[in-house]
Amino acid sequence: MSKKLLTPEELVKDLKQAFKSKIKDAKIERRAVGVKKKERTALWLKADKESLHDIVKHLKNYDYPHLAVVSGNDLGKTIELIYHFTVYYGNPLQEILINISVELPKEKPAIPTITDIIPGALVTEREKQEMLGVKIEGIPDGRRIFLPDDFPEDVYPWRKDEKGPQKMVRDLYEVKK
Amino acid sequence: MSKMSYSIPIGPIHPALKEPVMFEFEIEGERIVGVDFKVGHVHRGIEWIGTQKNPLQILPIAERICGICNISHPIAFCMATEEAAGIEVPERAQYIRTITAELERIHSHILWAGVAAHEIGFDSVLYLTWRVREKVLDLIEYLTGNRITKAMFTVGGVRRDITEEQYPKIREALNYYKEMFNKLKHVFLDDKTVKMRSRDCGILTKKEALELCAVGPTARASGVKKDVRVDYAYAAYGDLDMKTVTPDAVTGEVKGDVYDRIIVRLLEVAQSVDIIEQCIDNMPSGDLVTEPKPAKLLALLRKAVGEGVGRAEAPRGEVIHYVKLTGEEHPYTWKVRAPTYNNLMPWIPMLMGEQIADIPIVAASTDPCMSCTNRVTVVKKGRVDILDHEHLHKLSVEKTRRLMQ
Repeated sequence: MSKKLLTPEELVKDLKQAFKSKIKDAKIERRAVGVKKKERTALWLKADKESLHDIVKHLKNYDYPHLAVVSGNDLGKTIELIYHFTVYYGNPLQEILINISVELPKEKPAIPTITDIIPGALVTEREKQEMLGVKIEGIPDGRRIFLPDDFPEDVYPWRKDEKGPQKMVRDLYEVKK
Repeated sequence: MSKMSYSIPIGPIHPALKEPVMFEFEIEGERIVGVDFKVGHVHRGIEWIGTQKNPLQILPIAERICGICNISHPIAFCMATEEAAGIEVPERAQYIRTITAELERIHSHILWAGVAAHEIGFDSVLYLTWRVREKVLDLIEYLTGNRITKAMFTVGGVRRDITEEQYPKIREALNYYKEMFNKLKHVFLDDKTVKMRSRDCGILTKKEALELCAVGPTARASGVKKDVRVDYAYAAYGDLDMKTVTPDAVTGEVKGDVYDRIIVRLLEVAQSVDIIEQCIDNMPSGDLVTEPKPAKLLALLRKAVGEGVGRAEAPRGEVIHYVKLTGEEHPYTWKVRAPTYNNLMPWIPMLMGEQIADIPIVAASTDPCMSCTNRVTVVKKGRVDILDHEHLHKLSVEKTRRLMQ
């Protein structure tokens, strides 16, 4: 990369400038490890679900964002998705992990796909659909990936509410195949 | 599907490795023109099980996500939990973590080299590499008490020390690998048969590797310099002198084919030997764990509120665990992402345009690990029209013979 690498502070400042109030709660976490106490840096951002797509596009200005995975939490009234990106890899000890969290309301848990920006996001987006019952809008391939085809409809293994797997696991004999 | 093509399902009994995955190929003559896959046949719901257990009970489960990466998963889980609970790890423990992780890489890469040789019908090399691998397994057993599941880690440190009395045996094994390295390099990189089957086969370009989020040796062989150990300080790696391995170090260019993936893994074996040497030369003294009493540690974890991400470079690429603690007995969320998960999509461009006989070696070239990737139990209806591993392997061996004539 010939481009100048931004420090985590500059990166947050730049993102905040570009997205203003759409990015809330930017937090920089540093941890020093080993004898030489070299640091690693992680950013934790909370973003609006409408602006996620644009933020990912914006990340491309820094480096090609490598999407590690999208993890998810059922927070009761909302479903939280956390996109774990890394930028500046290939530069020893300067990689920055960017965790972007978006919350989706349970009544309509939907978010646009980012596969048009990062095609490799498909596997993890398919997984979020089947595991959390999130609708990924515009996903090029919406089939299940890990769950079998005869897994009951409307049961989502990572949910903690009535759509979760608790009842299914308890009363396995009732499950229709 | 065009008129001329037909489709072949392969699996769920795996074509190349001994693990289940379902491929559906669209074939025109001998050439692959379409690839689709289905995974999940060995999904065991481990993430869900984890949310019913306390962090110390999760450790043995994390270790059993994968038979080979049984260091990488616990290390990533420990780091995520330590981040979430704000626990510091003693320096000595970080060095011991690094040494065990590198021993795992040596055995995994050599195991892969044997599998790759077998896939192209070069079985004498399989026997050679697996014999060479025994040495590191013996060393692992000597240091940790077990060949495979090592139970070395706990949240906040390690459970066993590596003492100075053990150094001579470590050095002896490392010297053995230094001697063997040139022999293995000669067998894999100079041999005509290996070259014929792996050069320009299963190409993944740098652009594709970036777009499809490839990780580990698969990404590095395509010229993407991405190695968690170098880029992002964890365990003792921040202290060490090491560089990301790319195939141009040997050939001067990056092609992103199977041959390049062989180069990267071979060089990484040498790199691991070097890392272990650096670690035992500079091993700091001190504690092994932050909190040696499990009951106290659990009480601390029960009160902790926070979230953390643990990342480690497994032999196949980056492993990432996400843990959320909410001040309860069990973690609220545990997400595991194994390297093969990200290396699934890159299979498509690699296999496109190749021949059926190349499927085993190309599929094996990412060193896929399905048990890592899948995590819920599945019963699959039997299919009749299956090309099984035996048949594919036969095709692959025949192709090698044909090329040799």
